[in-house]
Amino acid sequence: MIREFTSAEVLFIVMAVRWTLILSAIAFLGGALGGLLIALTRTSASKGLRRMAAGFIQVFQGTPLLMQLFLVYFGLAVVGLPINPLLAAAVALTLHASAYLGEIWRGAIEAVPSGQSEAASALSLSYRDRMRHVVLPQALRLAIAPTVGFLVQLIKGTSLASIIGFTELTRAGQIINNATFQPFLVFGTVAALYFILCWPLSLLARHMEARMRRAITR
Amino acid sequence: MYNFNFQPVFENLDLLGYGALLTIRMSLIAMVLGLIVSMLGAVAKTSGIRPLRWLVDVYVEVIRNTPFLIQIFFIFFGLPAVGISMSPDTAAIVALVINVGAYGTEIIRAGIESIPGGQIEAGKALGLSPVQIFRYVVVKPALRNIYPSLTSQFIYLMLTSSVVSVISANDLASAGADLNARTFASFEIYLVLTVMYFLLALGFSTLFAAIRRNFFSYPASR
Repeated sequence: MIREFTSAEVLFIVMAVRWTLILSAIAFLGGALGGLLIALTRTSASKGLRRMAAGFIQVFQGTPLLMQLFLVYFGLAVVGLPINPLLAAAVALTLHASAYLGEIWRGAIEAVPSGQSEAASALSLSYRDRMRHVVLPQALRLAIAPTVGFLVQLIKGTSLASIIGFTELTRAGQIINNATFQPFLVFGTVAALYFILCWPLSLLARHMEARMRRAITR
Repeated sequence: MYNFNFQPVFENLDLLGYGALLTIRMSLIAMVLGLIVSMLGAVAKTSGIRPLRWLVDVYVEVIRNTPFLIQIFFIFFGLPAVGISMSPDTAAIVALVINVGAYGTEIIRAGIESIPGGQIEAGKALGLSPVQIFRYVVVKPALRNIYPSLTSQFIYLMLTSSVVSVISANDLASAGADLNARTFASFEIYLVLTVMYFLLALGFSTLFAAIRRNFFSYPASR
């Protein structure tokens, strides 16, 4: 029997937004930790560490997110863990976000004038204090707009988790479509929901970027 | 302990190689058509015609704020409901072109706006025709300014194209999925696929660097 596309179906799709948000939040928080680590490694004094971080970024920016998801998904079995779509999606998206945020934040750290960290060294601040009290607070100001911009990319990226079987917004749409055969309406609704999530963030990122540019040129 | 079995992959490397060729072809077509859409979009957006600008704005914002996966579902499954049906391969290219066109429009618009008005006036003062001004004073320097962003967007397009395997369009990821359905050596297959995509990305970035040297570098002092 073909079901109608009624408010119950719309509700099912809307409720699935929470899984998209949860997955995005996990990946963003994990990616923020990983990204900070990558950014610090990428700007560290050791050449070997810098190379390793650069390699990590190049691999994750140079391969499709879909392949990364499949690799982690099937890789869970390789390391002896049960196959679990949420775990796989969370791990893959976290690694993905770490690489992108690491690269964004590396740029921000390097944009802080070197005199700042030299002055901090001259005041005999340790690496930790220098980063924590001098460099990172200034880098944060520069990093925030592109970070919000990346968040949009990340939310859109979570849609690929549907392909390894995790029921978030996109997969909820597929399930409803399979029952109602109303692809135009169903995927239109799903697209609208993504738009509602992403557009305000895009506008915010653009607004912050414009404000930052004005602050710099002033 | 997991037993790695690369046998099925190596026995079918020709299949994957063919898939890689299809991905290259699909990406190249999407890049060329996408560039045309981007240029039209950028010209429309920088033109003074209001409704045209709004239309392009809506296109750019809708595409940039929805996932590619939903776009391809909408095009492949949704459009037939209003009488527009396409084969998976055509739908894949249409979706890729529409997607990259939105990002490209913004990139090229930024490039055009990066040309100072004085340059155009200088072109006029030198007696260049409007077409010459557009070609040599606006387009070429604008492309030079935005070349890095545009080409990294193109490489991202090639990587994104792996998603078209969900509608069974023929490409590298589909070739891998077919092989996986036959042999179940999943991890090994996707490991090799990932390496192949990485090599494709390296190849494209080498190609773009060569194009940049030959067409967009400033004349060297000999």
